[in-house]
Amino acid sequence: MPVESVFSQLEPLLPQVRKPVQYVGGEVNSTVKAWDETDVRWALLYPDAYEVGQPNQGIAILYEVLNEQPGVLAERTYSVWPDMEKLMRVSGIPQFTVDAHRPVGSFDVLGVSFSTELGYTNLLTALDLAGIPLEAGKRTINHPVVLAGGHAAFNPEPLADFLDAVVIGDGEEAVLAVTRLVRAWKQGGCPGGRDGLLLALAATGSVYVPRFYDVTYLPDGRIGRVAPNRPGVPASVRKHTLLDLDAWPYPKAPVVPVADTVHERYSVEIFRGCTRGCRFCQAGMITRPVRERSITTVGAMVARGLAATGFSEVGLLSLSSADHSEINEIAIDLADCYEGSSVGLSLPSTRVDAFNVSLADELSRNGKRSGLTFAPEGGSERMRKVINKMVTEEDLIRTVTTAYAGGWRQVKLYFMCGLPTEQDEDVTAIADLARKVIAAGRTATGRKDIRCTVSIGGFVPKPHTPFQWAGQCPPDVVDARLRKLGAALRADKTYGRSVGFRYHEGTPSLIEGLLSRGDRRVGAVIREVWENGGRFDGWSEHFSFDRWSAACAAALAETPVDLAWYTTRERDYGEVLPWDHLDSGLDRDWLWDDWRSAIEPAEAGEVEDCRWTPCYECGVCPAMGTEIQTGPTGDRLDGRRLLPVLATNGR
Amino acid sequence: MDVIRNGGEPVTTQHLLVRYAKRGKMRFASHLDVARAFERGVRRAGLPIAYSAGFTPHPKISYAGGAQTGVASEAEYLSLTLTSRAEADAVRDRLNAALPDGIDVIAVAEDSGGLPASRLSASEWQIALPGLPPDNVVPVVQKFLALTEAPVERLTSKGMRRMDARAAVVSLDVLDDLNSGCALLMVVRHTAPSVRPDDVLNALRDVSDVFPAGQPLITRLAQGSLGESGVVRL
Repeated sequence: MPVESVFSQLEPLLPQVRKPVQYVGGEVNSTVKAWDETDVRWALLYPDAYEVGQPNQGIAILYEVLNEQPGVLAERTYSVWPDMEKLMRVSGIPQFTVDAHRPVGSFDVLGVSFSTELGYTNLLTALDLAGIPLEAGKRTINHPVVLAGGHAAFNPEPLADFLDAVVIGDGEEAVLAVTRLVRAWKQGGCPGGRDGLLLALAATGSVYVPRFYDVTYLPDGRIGRVAPNRPGVPASVRKHTLLDLDAWPYPKAPVVPVADTVHERYSVEIFRGCTRGCRFCQAGMITRPVRERSITTVGAMVARGLAATGFSEVGLLSLSSADHSEINEIAIDLADCYEGSSVGLSLPSTRVDAFNVSLADELSRNGKRSGLTFAPEGGSERMRKVINKMVTEEDLIRTVTTAYAGGWRQVKLYFMCGLPTEQDEDVTAIADLARKVIAAGRTATGRKDIRCTVSIGGFVPKPHTPFQWAGQCPPDVVDARLRKLGAALRADKTYGRSVGFRYHEGTPSLIEGLLSRGDRRVGAVIREVWENGGRFDGWSEHFSFDRWSAACAAALAETPVDLAWYTTRERDYGEVLPWDHLDSGLDRDWLWDDWRSAIEPAEAGEVEDCRWTPCYECGVCPAMGTEIQTGPTGDRLDGRRLLPVLATNGR
Repeated sequence: MDVIRNGGEPVTTQHLLVRYAKRGKMRFASHLDVARAFERGVRRAGLPIAYSAGFTPHPKISYAGGAQTGVASEAEYLSLTLTSRAEADAVRDRLNAALPDGIDVIAVAEDSGGLPASRLSASEWQIALPGLPPDNVVPVVQKFLALTEAPVERLTSKGMRRMDARAAVVSLDVLDDLNSGCALLMVVRHTAPSVRPDDVLNALRDVSDVFPAGQPLITRLAQGSLGESGVVRL
């Protein structure tokens, strides 16, 4: 039976809310299929506002992959702002998709993509508005399977109460495998009810069903054991790895928002994975190995994507875009193809070297050279060794000199504060670095109007990284160090005014730390926060540290653990970590050795990149049956063949 | 058609006047949202749009003041500058294929007159009042029309502005909408600060409390200069 659109109920509310256009759908390239002509139906939730969630690459890919399948329907849904939530509750309007305004509760699968842990409370809002019981165990055969993915789902344990299933790793093939199982189960008359479907998913070894595992705790609060509680459920669950990115050129024609969003461009992933080995970087650890997309596929996707969307900007995405084996050719050829058109090209790379600057020069051939970002991450040489970010001060000065000399007026430097073994002087060293950067820039350009912005983020230890055992630096220590740094920057009369300083208060990082490395007991904290009004925790105007600490005190009262136990406490080798049964391929002993070698003052050993040096045995390739896929292919892009689908600039 | 010289290259240009509608769900798009949709629409449609010179070139599209967010329209205007000639009806069709449904191009005509205030000095608006019998509304409208002044206030980006709703209204009629109540049909002069149809409705609310709370569906039907019998469509 078709499912009714709720739009007629929604429409009278729209004039009463901020930015109503985010709720109406109807965008170019959005897809609406007839309900009755499909048998497997996905609602894809990005648990943040439309303006943040719409440009998300993961959702864009899965939306296309699913909708290309006959008989499969996928629609998008986003977190509604509190003004809309309030009105929806008064009017009894359920969480809806923006494509056809269908109630989310009517779909077979609710796929949720988590990029950040601070979206967890928004999941509860969406479930509750959808009329889906918050606790997975209370759902019936009439409710969707709530399936999570994304980087922040690599430790889904804090959400274990609320999720039916979790997929870790690449989603393209995984959603199709899940679709096949859902279809077979429905066609077979839903054997075994809801648990029957979940068992079929779990039996694949690559879908995690939290409810099929029991967790026991030791008297001191640490985890005793995590084990399956029924036959047919594997002891550990493997991540998905997509091989051959050229065979999956998505998104081909992403939705073009009418509303204003955070990224207004056509983005193409030029490779997936990173083996630089930065010890703090979860993305670089969980997405191994490196798999490149070829220059010809990148070129074809850009041409087709621009024609399909009308975007005027192209982003060449990856975790470290300057590392593509043919990035120079990609940059030159794309810049050639689009020279004279009004297409802007951008390469989000923060690598500290002159090559990165020459790439940026190439891509900005006909545009403005406003700012370049570099990420030394650690303020002192010692700190950078600890995190395995082998950038010397000379590297940095040489790089910024090249940038300023090339006409870039503004350089942004990104650092982290609160890293393992960090001392005050590691952070105040940033002031010295900034001074040298400005001095170098003034010498290179002979001008005084060049600028440098120092931007600082609080370090949060993440699962599946060498720093997963680290104690998180308490926010008051981080805040105190940043105050000292701020004072040092301001005290400098010669250079101080050329240096900008940006940082955030430390408390949201502590809660991110709680959610990142939490176990199932943290679920009660999330629920408590949500019941007390917690929404949009990633937004400083909505985040309340007091609400989170009060919820920790209340929800963990009966346990031997607390907020500090989850965050600032260092873990031992022997401790069972909440995510140990989720296999990202990384060898646990390799991670441990890397952690020890980071913090042993004598030996802070460098780990090189396995793309250019022999394998250092992180374990991923043998465990996952994968391999590094890199070029060079030797191909080039032919501008005449590729283009011009777009009008040229009449200047 | 004219020839401009820029960077030494002669460039032939064509100016097109576009009348478009904002319908259905797209009435919730803001003026900026619509502008962004057109910029992408002309690119998707592959139109030879001209760009401004300078560091950050912008496509040469100029917009007449748009109907406010939430208000539908059958008569929004913009002008396009193309670098080569295109047939007006083909431009309309290509744009319609490239724009989201609800931002619909109604007519395209070659016209280099631009969009000065003198060409767009008044609009005709309709306010739907479902469930409200015309007999209840007619006396309210008569009272309003008999006023010499109808001050209303609205919070704008420049702070609270006060304006005279009566002075801006050229005509105001009640349409009997047989099954579903009635509708107001009004011609309003473009003034500064502008008097919007919801300002007129608020002035009517000051006269009588027959009108239900909330924002009714408002549609701009026509925009142009003022003639003997109402708005002369541009």
